[in-house]
Amino acid sequence: MKNTFRDTFDLYDWDTLEHDIYGFSEADVKNVLAKDKITLDDFKVLISPAATPFLEQMAQRSHELTKKRFGNTIQMYIPMYLSNECQNICTYCGFSMTNKIPRKTLSDAEILKEVAHIKSLGYDHILLVTGEANRTVGVSYLKHAIALVRNHFSNISIEVQPLDQEEYETLITEGLYAVLVYQETYHEATYKIHHPKGKKSNFNYRLDTPDRLGKAGIHKIGLGALFGLEDWRVDSFYTALHLKYLQKTYWKTKYSISFPRLRPHQGEVQPKVEMTDKDLVQLICAYRLLDEDVELSMSTRESETFRNHIIKLGITSISAESKTNPGGYAVEPQSLEQFEISDERSTDAIKEMIQSQGYEVVWKDWDRSYVNSF
Amino acid sequence: MKDTLKIADKTFTSRLFTGTGKFSNTRLMRESILASESELVTVALKRVDMDNESDDMLVHLKENHINLLPNTSGVRTAKEAVFAAQLAREALKTNWVKLEIHPDPKYLLPDPIETLKAAEELVKLGFVVMPYIHADPVLCKRLEEVGVQCVMPLGAPIGSNKGLKTNDFLEIIIEQSNVPVIVDAGIGAPSHAAFAMELGADAVLVNTAIAVSQNPVAMGKAFKMAVEAGRMAYNAKLAPVKKHAEASSPLTSFLN
Repeated sequence: MKNTFRDTFDLYDWDTLEHDIYGFSEADVKNVLAKDKITLDDFKVLISPAATPFLEQMAQRSHELTKKRFGNTIQMYIPMYLSNECQNICTYCGFSMTNKIPRKTLSDAEILKEVAHIKSLGYDHILLVTGEANRTVGVSYLKHAIALVRNHFSNISIEVQPLDQEEYETLITEGLYAVLVYQETYHEATYKIHHPKGKKSNFNYRLDTPDRLGKAGIHKIGLGALFGLEDWRVDSFYTALHLKYLQKTYWKTKYSISFPRLRPHQGEVQPKVEMTDKDLVQLICAYRLLDEDVELSMSTRESETFRNHIIKLGITSISAESKTNPGGYAVEPQSLEQFEISDERSTDAIKEMIQSQGYEVVWKDWDRSYVNSF
Repeated sequence: MKDTLKIADKTFTSRLFTGTGKFSNTRLMRESILASESELVTVALKRVDMDNESDDMLVHLKENHINLLPNTSGVRTAKEAVFAAQLAREALKTNWVKLEIHPDPKYLLPDPIETLKAAEELVKLGFVVMPYIHADPVLCKRLEEVGVQCVMPLGAPIGSNKGLKTNDFLEIIIEQSNVPVIVDAGIGAPSHAAFAMELGADAVLVNTAIAVSQNPVAMGKAFKMAVEAGRMAYNAKLAPVKKHAEASSPLTSFLN
């Protein structure tokens, strides 16, 4: 009896997967693209270097599938950073404990000031973000923050430290809709190098977080790897494996995938593996071909040009005008960012860009009245 | 006599019901719905701002002949559905509700157990309940017994455009039902809609096939025409399908 994803994870070996992915031929890709139903094994082929010449074909199919399932719509969301306190050392993050920066956690009044600014931009779906500081920004703080903002937003997601199942249940009762939790890399040894200290250094606890979320009955789980730490192709296979496992195990939950690429930040680490724009497009299309229903999300980490063109390639939700520092919208615009964003256009400019491509901008696609009854 | 469809307290001239999702903008949605001449349009509760009278989608649906049908898409249990329906009734001033409970967010297939529970509760609360269900003849009868005003069995998974994959069961449902049968989900082409009407369905609900087409306005009209043709054919009684040929010039006529 399998209890968590770790059991499935252990059936695979990184080096073998890497060998497979880099060993496919053009004929393998053609065979996969001739199929209607794409399996995980096929996904491996689609993210391989051999599939690069077939990018246009993949993009066309991704566009069609996305349009059929999601229509001509793109959802808008915005992150709101509540705190930059962190008790972890992560080599790639501006909030890392070793970075000597002023730490800030928003008070009630500051949260509401930020909310007022965000609401004035038109947003109804919000993503609350913190560092990982359980002692000061733990469940009771998060519970309070959700209660504080829930009358202003239809849809509340969080991206915070991994929690226990009961803690998630508490937050869901308060009105939490989704949790984003990225494994960063599925390569255990590399993971340890980048997360040497703090609770985050526990690879397994993080790996099993979506299981705890599924058991808690969350509506949506967001997955992803941080591209740059390891080979993106192998990491993406593991992410897809994770996705498929979760879909089968926690069938009432929705899933989304994000595509964070390393961005400049305080205490910089250079990407070990470069992921080009072309690579990222290939990956987005491969996910869509694998799964017609998974939500694919695009943040402001990416450039204007890239985001303009990605709208039609499979993406279903996008953020704009993001600030990655606590109080960044209205309270303390100068506090330290987690990372630099790339696309700095206003919400209105992004809205117009989306509409000009024949898509409706969707601000609201959930209702807080959908109270859970577990 | 006009061939109208009566559900609860409303009489419909059009047997094409439509949706509001997946359009590239609300203006196009409106034009498409007008071209379809649909008189009942379903709106996802989760997509409208019920506290805002100038909600873009609702504003574009303000027409005397268009009745709004709030749906509970997104809920996972009977309890959530009942609560959502009550909110919609208060906000949109209608006691009609399209009951959708699909805990599986991938294929959006309806949960029969929660749907029956919610339907019974909502009928008691005075709602006109239109339940979206699998093409399950027994469930349809059970829903009829608890007092729903129609049943909405699926032709194929929502948004799949695959047509009537469940037609053997739809035939049984249509044969047995004492309430209108509206085929909902999976209809991907006007020919599918016409086929549903020829089978004897009382109406069809179509969204994706119209919204995602290259020309939603023309497609809305095409569906209108197909539904009318299918209904007309049903009323005209289709010629029976026979296993053997029946020559119009019999071979033995020389004997007469």
